[in-house]
Amino acid sequence: MTGTREPLLTVEHVAVHFGGLVAIADMNFGVHSGEVLGLIGPNGAGKTTAFNVITGFLRPTKGEVRFKEVSLNGLKPHQVTSLGLVRTFQRTSVFQDNTVVGNVLIGLHRRGRATLLDTLLGLQRETESEQELKEEAWSILRLVGLERRAFDLASALPYGDQRLVGVALALAAQPTMLLLDEPVSGMNASETARFIKLLGLIREQGITILLVEHDMPMVMGVSDRIIVLNYGRIIAEGPPAEIQRNPEVIAAYLGHGARRVHHHA
Amino acid sequence: MRRAFALVFLAFLLTLPLWLQDPYLLHILITTGIFTIAAMSLNLLLGYTGQLSLGHVAFFGIGAYVSALTTLGFDVDIGPWTFVHEPWPVMAGFVLAVLISGLCGYLIGKLSFRVRGAYFVIVTISFAEVVRLVALNWVDLTQGPLALNNIPAFALSVPGLGEHTLWGKVPNYYLVLAVAVAAYILIKRLVGSRIGRAMVALKENESLAVSVGIDVTRYLVLAAIISAALAGAAGSLYAHYVKIIDPEIFLFIYTVTMVIMVVAGGKGTLAGPVVGGLIFGTLPVLLRSYLGPEFQWIFYGLFMIFIVFVLPQGIVPAVEQRLFPSTREPPPEALATVEPAKGEPQ
Repeated sequence: MTGTREPLLTVEHVAVHFGGLVAIADMNFGVHSGEVLGLIGPNGAGKTTAFNVITGFLRPTKGEVRFKEVSLNGLKPHQVTSLGLVRTFQRTSVFQDNTVVGNVLIGLHRRGRATLLDTLLGLQRETESEQELKEEAWSILRLVGLERRAFDLASALPYGDQRLVGVALALAAQPTMLLLDEPVSGMNASETARFIKLLGLIREQGITILLVEHDMPMVMGVSDRIIVLNYGRIIAEGPPAEIQRNPEVIAAYLGHGARRVHHHA
Repeated sequence: MRRAFALVFLAFLLTLPLWLQDPYLLHILITTGIFTIAAMSLNLLLGYTGQLSLGHVAFFGIGAYVSALTTLGFDVDIGPWTFVHEPWPVMAGFVLAVLISGLCGYLIGKLSFRVRGAYFVIVTISFAEVVRLVALNWVDLTQGPLALNNIPAFALSVPGLGEHTLWGKVPNYYLVLAVAVAAYILIKRLVGSRIGRAMVALKENESLAVSVGIDVTRYLVLAAIISAALAGAAGSLYAHYVKIIDPEIFLFIYTVTMVIMVVAGGKGTLAGPVVGGLIFGTLPVLLRSYLGPEFQWIFYGLFMIFIVFVLPQGIVPAVEQRLFPSTREPPPEALATVEPAKGEPQ
């Protein structure tokens, strides 16, 4: 999987300090095109902070993040998204007062071709562009399996389906690489299974995935490679089987995670 | 269904001067119409982007002053220079009012959207107050408290037909109606497009909106520009209709009136400010025929409180829920071809 080529995403000596608190001490890793990389670690290890730094929601205190060999330092989140690096959120991941298809249409924002003038004057390009966006929205809804709920308010959906809406939104933004922040947390077993299938479909489209997740069987099952964070540092990196055997990881993390493994199995 | 409602309502407004001969009532309808345009413009910011502009009357007043000064002409001394401006036609005044109000919207938006929420409210209130003080004290330009008098009536120059000055109530009624319909259509197109979706997305969940690539500043500033420009258009109509304006036009109460129109009618709906504008524009006059002056305002206040308590979402959303209980947008016909029942995608 890994080769000598430059990774799609490179995180280089990134540190994040909040005042005196060190959220990330010194983080180095790369994500290669086409792979699924799992980022795990106990609560407070810095996983979400890492996501925020990579996607421009947070400025790193030190270091640099590069995507497609372009430095992301100083870019605003929407500019990072425009480069094809799109994230989801742990919570609050849908537009509650919009319908499901309305959510996806918002996600398709960048794909609209109509200019302000087209819109205000009601020109043909506006109509055409809207039509294209609607068609695109339906194909995304079919991909995630939500077309039957298209006209329901997002807030009326069960939790698992809302998470899918969040993923549909992110997919609508045309990612080259998708960052998923605990996508299956709070999902039941069948919802998780359905989500793993969806991950496969996303992968087939050639989208690279960086995944933060607490559900150990899920991460171990879908990831090509795992990075383990603890106290803001990477303590291990490698294929899932190797990580599961790593004594340092077991001590830091799987010690209390083992119960979860048992629970889900 | 809604379209039918809108068309019947428009037909009603179009035929109204044919059977309503009372010039006083027509006058009330004209000023109500002008304030309704301002309320529609406020709704774009308040209802769709969620930003409360409590200085919205500033854009209205700037439009009024710009239009009045353009058509009256002025000469002012700034330091060693003297600026002399000869009177221009009213149409030019109207266009300049729209442009300059829009420019002010841009500046306020750029300045204040870095820090939003309460700060935006404070900046807009302060802006309106500063503009009022300028209008009051720059006597050379604005005549200060003496007011700008003899503002010319609106004149439409139609190619081939020459210029028509709108003297009477009826032509002014139709002018205001035409501008209101144009403003309504512009706002409808805007909020129905991806631009409108971006604005609503920012209101609902900014981080999420940003994460799908929506540029916050760009769309908030755009909303502020269009909102201010429309308010400026309303201000221009006002100046050329009442023909006299003074710094009182910037009073806070006018902004409050607009906010009441929007909130009572239903913010974030297209029809909300129209319904709210018509009710709260004409209510004081209707009450006048039945109640003594002391009770008019008591009733007005009670009615407002009643609406806020009983219909917190506003009148239009409440009525819609009553009329169309399970309203879900039906799939557009065009989608029927895209979305045939292909069964489960799995």
